[in-house]
Amino acid sequence: MNENNNLLVRLKDCGVQKSSKWIVKGISLEIHKGKIVTLIGPNGSGKTTTAKMALNILKSDEGSIENYSTKMAYVPQKISIDWTMPLRVLDFMNLTSHINKDEIIEALELTEVQHLIYNEIHNLSGGEFQRVLIARAIAKKPDLLVLDEPVQGVDFNGEIALYNLIKEICTKLNCGILLISHDLHFVMSATDHVICLNGHICCSGSPKSIVKNSSYIELFGEHNAATLSLYQHEHDHSHQTDGSVKN
Amino acid sequence: MFDDFFIRALVAGVGIAIVAGPLGCLVIWRRLSYFGDTLSHSALLGVTLAYSFSLNIAFSVFVISAVVALLLVSLQKRTKLAGDSLLGLLAHSTLAIGLVLIGFLSYIRFDLMGLLFGDILAVTTADIGLVWIGGSIILIILYFIWKSLFSATVNYDLSAAEGMRPEVSNFIFTLLLAGVIALSIKMIGALLITGLLLIPAAIARNISNSPKQMIVIAILSGILSVVVGLFASLEINTSSGPSIIVVALLLFIISLVPLEIKGQLQKR
Repeated sequence: MNENNNLLVRLKDCGVQKSSKWIVKGISLEIHKGKIVTLIGPNGSGKTTTAKMALNILKSDEGSIENYSTKMAYVPQKISIDWTMPLRVLDFMNLTSHINKDEIIEALELTEVQHLIYNEIHNLSGGEFQRVLIARAIAKKPDLLVLDEPVQGVDFNGEIALYNLIKEICTKLNCGILLISHDLHFVMSATDHVICLNGHICCSGSPKSIVKNSSYIELFGEHNAATLSLYQHEHDHSHQTDGSVKN
Repeated sequence: MFDDFFIRALVAGVGIAIVAGPLGCLVIWRRLSYFGDTLSHSALLGVTLAYSFSLNIAFSVFVISAVVALLLVSLQKRTKLAGDSLLGLLAHSTLAIGLVLIGFLSYIRFDLMGLLFGDILAVTTADIGLVWIGGSIILIILYFIWKSLFSATVNYDLSAAEGMRPEVSNFIFTLLLAGVIALSIKMIGALLITGLLLIPAAIARNISNSPKQMIVIAILSGILSVVVGLFASLEINTSSGPSIIVVALLLFIISLVPLEIKGQLQKR
């Protein structure tokens, strides 16, 4: 059994091989309840593959995966729904479990798309659909939520609101979150553990420690790293709603 | 009541249409129409094997279709050919083997036209039992795996991640498809079965806006095609399969009208 009640997933030296080439190798990570773990890294660095291992979609070709989650919810990166299927937002919300209508509306309100409930999925814009995807995952009330670039195609203001929502959900549901994101500002300011991937784990740790790491700087460039550590410096405190410093 | 061959055909046909409705919708959603075609072409091989070894036709067709489906999966893993090429390969080679075998079975009188296009005279009381019992089993199984199957149709990864076991339901779905082909081969014929799966579901797609509605309309238009098609077949003495499919096609054309009107209204 799991010695730590908060542990949801543990990957130990995992990797995925495809036609004798390793897509990712030597991945070890842990996801705990109420914590946000983020995966960052360039395109093709194995972020999605790693997330799929944590979700039990892909089998690891080495190492071991322990999964104690009882209810997982997933926001995949790319999802295209065939126009041959007449699928309304309401039907989509009920896709993998039955959720009562009040809760569906509540979840859609959180991502501000409650007015689209009877619309057909294929008539939604990219950003609207992304919001529906997030709402669906939240409505399931999972103990493990995996989000693969959840805000792609969402407008700028919406992006910030959705990231705040994700943070809020993490605390409210006390669920573990595995997030793949290119938004380094959010990653550095709001997540608990950052893993920097490039086919393997380049570096990992708290956001504060990671921005100083040399392999992080190498991967994201001096300029980005500098801005972010500056950013980090500015925000190693947090604010009350009225703007005063919380301590 | 079942003494009359026409009543027998009608009762069996309606049963088939009810089963074909939901399966046809899945075939359309998953873009499996050519897969259905392959299974039905291989059904002819099943029929000839049934005659050779005096087996039950439906059973033999079911087994052959299932074997072909599994063969496809293993070929997909082993070769670099695209799915549609493999389907074509399997469809035509099984059809050819079936036709060659028929040549060997010259001592049995074969109604080849009947096998390829369906024959309502061939429907026996036992066939009615087979269609309704077999059909009920297919629908019950479908009901139990529906959530998994449907979610995997929308997105496989999402379904797998959220514990729906899509690999299991996909496999069962293939067997169900083989099952409905086995049940309908006598009435519709090997070459036209996919038509009865596809066309009612296509009609339904034109005029529905939720998955459930699409299934109900697919079933209803399937029943209508079977009933009208069989009457036409009796009146003007044509094969039952083609008559049913032609009626379905006419319904499809009619179902385009509301789409057309909607399009015109939106332009204004």
